[in-house]
Amino acid sequence: MKRRDFVYLTGMGAAATMLPIPIVGNPIAPERALEAIDPAMKKRMADVALNAGRSKGATYVDVRIGRYLNQFVVTREDKVQNIVNTESFGLGVRVIANGGWGFAATDKLDTDSVAKAAEAAVAIAKENSRLLSKPVQLAPQKGHGEVSWKAPIVKNAFEVPIKEKVDLLLGVNAAAMKEGANYITSLLFLVNEQKYFASTDGSYIDQDIHRIWPAFFITKIDATTGKFETRNSLSAPMGMGYEYLDVRPEDKIKSVTTLYKGRYDMLEDAKAGGRQAGEKIAAKSVEAGKYDLILDPSHLWLTIHESVGHPTELDRVLGYEANFAGTSFLTLDKWQSKKFNFGNNLVNLVADKTQVGSLGAVGYDDEGVRCGKWDLIKDGILVNYQTIRDQAHILGLDASQGCCYADNWSSVQFQRMPNVSLQPGKEKKSVDDLIKGVEKGIYIIGDGSFSIDQQRYNFQFGGQLFYEIKNGQIAGMLKDVAYQSNTQEFWNACGGMADESDYRLGGAFGDGKGQPPQSNAVSHGSSTTRFNGVNVINTARKIG
Amino acid sequence: MALLSKEEAKKILEKAIGFSKANECSANLNGGERGNIRYARNSVSTAGEDSNLSLGVTSNFGKRSGSATINEFDDASIEKVVRRSEELANLAPENPELMEVLGPQTYGAESKTYSEATAKITPEYRAKAANDSIVPAAAKDVTAAGYLQDGYGFNAIMNNKGLFAYNKQTSVDFTVTMRTNDGTGSGWAARDLNDVSKLNAAETSRMAIDKALMSRNAKAIEPGKYTVILEASASADLIRLMLNMNARTADEGRSFLSKKGGGTKLGEKLVDERVNIYSDPWYDDAPASPWQGDGQARKKMDIIKNGVVSTLFYDRYWASQKNVAPVPGAGNAIMEGGTASIEDMIKDTAKGVLVTRFWYIRPVDPQTLLFTGLTRDGTFYIENGKIKHPIKNFRFNESPIIMLNNLETLGKPERAVTSEGGPGGGTNLMIPSMKIRDFTFSSLSDAV
Repeated sequence: MKRRDFVYLTGMGAAATMLPIPIVGNPIAPERALEAIDPAMKKRMADVALNAGRSKGATYVDVRIGRYLNQFVVTREDKVQNIVNTESFGLGVRVIANGGWGFAATDKLDTDSVAKAAEAAVAIAKENSRLLSKPVQLAPQKGHGEVSWKAPIVKNAFEVPIKEKVDLLLGVNAAAMKEGANYITSLLFLVNEQKYFASTDGSYIDQDIHRIWPAFFITKIDATTGKFETRNSLSAPMGMGYEYLDVRPEDKIKSVTTLYKGRYDMLEDAKAGGRQAGEKIAAKSVEAGKYDLILDPSHLWLTIHESVGHPTELDRVLGYEANFAGTSFLTLDKWQSKKFNFGNNLVNLVADKTQVGSLGAVGYDDEGVRCGKWDLIKDGILVNYQTIRDQAHILGLDASQGCCYADNWSSVQFQRMPNVSLQPGKEKKSVDDLIKGVEKGIYIIGDGSFSIDQQRYNFQFGGQLFYEIKNGQIAGMLKDVAYQSNTQEFWNACGGMADESDYRLGGAFGDGKGQPPQSNAVSHGSSTTRFNGVNVINTARKIG
Repeated sequence: MALLSKEEAKKILEKAIGFSKANECSANLNGGERGNIRYARNSVSTAGEDSNLSLGVTSNFGKRSGSATINEFDDASIEKVVRRSEELANLAPENPELMEVLGPQTYGAESKTYSEATAKITPEYRAKAANDSIVPAAAKDVTAAGYLQDGYGFNAIMNNKGLFAYNKQTSVDFTVTMRTNDGTGSGWAARDLNDVSKLNAAETSRMAIDKALMSRNAKAIEPGKYTVILEASASADLIRLMLNMNARTADEGRSFLSKKGGGTKLGEKLVDERVNIYSDPWYDDAPASPWQGDGQARKKMDIIKNGVVSTLFYDRYWASQKNVAPVPGAGNAIMEGGTASIEDMIKDTAKGVLVTRFWYIRPVDPQTLLFTGLTRDGTFYIENGKIKHPIKNFRFNESPIIMLNNLETLGKPERAVTSEGGPGGGTNLMIPSMKIRDFTFSSLSDAV
């Protein structure tokens, strides 16, 4: 019941539950995505909103004109299940009046509708200001004038014919089935956000953002025992064009399975996946206990996301998310002490909205702040959070860190997570070097089950592939593995990481926060990293 | 005003179908208005309203299908959206699983999903609800964060084979979290209703404040297997996870309902024989639309009867492959209960844990329906028939199937709000509180 349409995926069977992402927008013909919107029209409409807001008494106005294009191609085994192309286009205007925020949006981009939206936003701001204890305090931001930013993509995925995409996915499915998979669902999810931002600070910012997520989900069934196992793709959603699927040998890392850096060989991974799903059935069930874990970046990104990304969100720290997502154990006193040991001194975690190819990369955030890079955890110590303009003063900052984002023109922008990444080791060290040093351990590849409490202390993670390490050697595959830890204990148990040559990105396409909930896409980088003495549980159970 | 009457909706849909040149054409019209207020740190943070009305048209040529949507309703716009869906259908690859559109359906009694009182909620009502949380919280040195969302709307569908269905519905969802200002206590309460006249925001807020104050300075106890008393929300958090009784994944051998050596568990005992779960779209306190999205009529049906799996849901394609009648998914679920109150169950417990709700529940193993998650916002230790003290939160690793085989006592069913389904996001549920033995808590959490 929103102004925009939610076209939920249906009929996707088991894989559908793994895709919490609604496709937002109206169905369109694929060619429509390639038609550009005239920037002069956007500037004209933005000025209408800025002027209408100011004339009604707003002391600050920003306006976002957003065009959100999605393409979704879904197949299972030898069938195309769904091809969806959507577009959502409209304008959102946010104002400060009488010290309070107000927001309104419209999908009608004519002068009258835009001016009315701005006036409605001012009326809401004035109404909300009556319930405020303190007026909004906005960190200063200089206008940038007329500027633009484009994601440095090589090949616009929306220009690639649907047939080529369908052929790729059906080929992937056939390859996995040939290697023994019983079922496979595969998909391509493409996003293009064309965002225009203007504010009374004097900024007019035109941005073009691209994202791609190729993925598959394999099931293998053992007919004699009735047991089944799954193996998901080891791809990462990326802030890239279709070039992510152009295979280059130099982007492959040979380990117990092939791992991917910057480019993804979906066909090769599907073959391996079909085989490994079968190996998982025959694998040894893990013995619960303490293990040294070697975590691949295709796995560790999710642990970083949950245990570092979320607790350093300042709105959670302050209590704005208390009724839903939760608060944070990283309270302000811990930051003020300048000696809170989030992790040991090997641990350096940075926020970075400029990282090329990442999901969170933009030139400017959704309140016109030029994006940058900053330390969150420096040599193990909590040194900073993620902030937006109306929070910066709480940390004594004179500028926002550029973490403001809205998932649609019709949603209000608020504080969202930037890319948060673990810095690689400074000394030359390979994954083999890491494994060699482990007496009793498990090497985990790929993300799986995940759960963490509302203040981000206690977590449990699964994975896709688990290999036992005995006396420095890989000793075979394990199954039924999950590890549990406490965030601070875990990061203080860090036992070193591989060097920069192993650094890779993973990421989330649909991170949720807020009421009503909004989605955010964000990457997390690391090199393979060791954690000592982590509690591993066995997840096997029996029913009926 | 986006709430069209049955006749108004029919008129627009007839017009759309009239423009069709496809072999098969179906159109759906949806509209409504929604409002919300959000507060945190004892202050309102955001408030808003929005509305929509949209027409979706799907055209089929053989096994090719295309859909298009529009939000303008003059004749030219309606014809345009029909033509666009036809163009997209011609471009689409064949979908071998595409089914012919349904013929006319017979729907049961008048739907109970709409309440006039809810449709009349005003911004002032929402502001008062927030105030009814914030003022008593501040008086008790507690900080309130909450969210109220309400809406009314309608759905209508028509096709060129004579099917027409219409339903209107309302919902109001209120959740509130109260945290003590010393940071050691947290309480939560929630209501999810069709009829706002049954909502008392002050009362719900008071329950959350009481829980927050009771849960201050929790002590740690060892994780392990415990007898638990789950309040209705906590029960619903886990019961809802077993209600996706999908026949296809069961037949394919990749579900907790698949049987070793092939076949499904339909007709087999799955859980304790006192477990009875059914769906009834006309259930007063948790109604559902009498039809699902494609126009199939819903009926009252048993899902679990005396612990035995009595229904699997067959979509129309899978039903055609298996030569059975299609079974639409449940629009709501009602689990029968007993007469015991939470207090009765506590009195009867020598050693156990009382759980207000669970949080961040995620699947671990689809074969056994094993899930992990944590307790949140009010967890208490019970000894010799009394609540002894609040305890730190636990992580659990448990399957609702195993849990319902370890059933001790059932409480009274109530309209339950699940933790992460989000307000209005899920199926309406009537679920009892329950006492379960040997529930697996695997580790401790310091989270408040």
